[in-house]
Amino acid sequence: MASRKAPVKANQERGDTLGTRDAEHAPAWANGLKQLYDDVVEEPLPDAFKDLLAQLDADDEPSGDAPSSDKGAQ
Amino acid sequence: MSDKPPPPERTAAEKADFKRELTDVVPHLRAFARGLCGRPDVADDLVQETMLKAWGAQARFEPGTSMRAWTFVILRNAYLTDMRRNRFRGEYDEGVAERILTAPAGQEEPIHLSDMHRALLTLPPERREALLLVGAGGFSYEEAAEICGCAIGTIKSRVGRARATLTSMLEDGDIPQRSTKDAAAHRAILQELDQVAAGNGIAAAKS
Repeated sequence: MASRKAPVKANQERGDTLGTRDAEHAPAWANGLKQLYDDVVEEPLPDAFKDLLAQLDADDEPSGDAPSSDKGAQ
Repeated sequence: MSDKPPPPERTAAEKADFKRELTDVVPHLRAFARGLCGRPDVADDLVQETMLKAWGAQARFEPGTSMRAWTFVILRNAYLTDMRRNRFRGEYDEGVAERILTAPAGQEEPIHLSDMHRALLTLPPERREALLLVGAGGFSYEEAAEICGCAIGTIKSRVGRARATLTSMLEDGDIPQRSTKDAAAHRAILQELDQVAAGNGIAAAKS
């Protein structure tokens, strides 16, 4: 890449996504793929993630009460 | 890598904003990771690694841009690194439920979750990630190109090939056994990974 590209905008227009051009020929599995993804998105967040998120702040504040539990990932 | 001076330390309010946005994208990171590496436990480890890296690199996040795209780049880079260390071998989750994913009208056989999973994992990694980003994550081709650090045309081509392969597998019932068990196929995948990794995604998100 010759030049640095602009970062992706948060609400970028989705003009050219899959399926717009050939929606009528969308394969039968296309919905299944989306569902595979959405199912995981809809899953309740496991506690490990909540713990990790809580820990981010704690690790960041020198005066905070940093819990001494495992970091989950090193 | 960056030629800009390091940004000043973030304020508490900025950190709170960052954390809120990061929290919001965690379910999406899990979904993307699950699609990339198949096994839920391995995918979640990858997401936790990504969250820690994102938190550590938050000074490089430009507020107002897409947190999902930014963190996907970090996750993708971590995945590629781990792949090359042989930590993942595209392991298929044998425990995945044999449930029906979708039963399209006019389709004789419904599509099963396990078939979709397996078909997805037989795709070469660069096609799999392109299809996941566009076909599952709802990113535009342009956004997907930014995330993967390649041209839009390349993404379109990868998605097109991935779709053709999945159509062949799922609609013709032609799902091969896991090719990653085969040594030659595994080598080929690793070679492709090197090509994939050559595109570095959104430069700012490099960790």
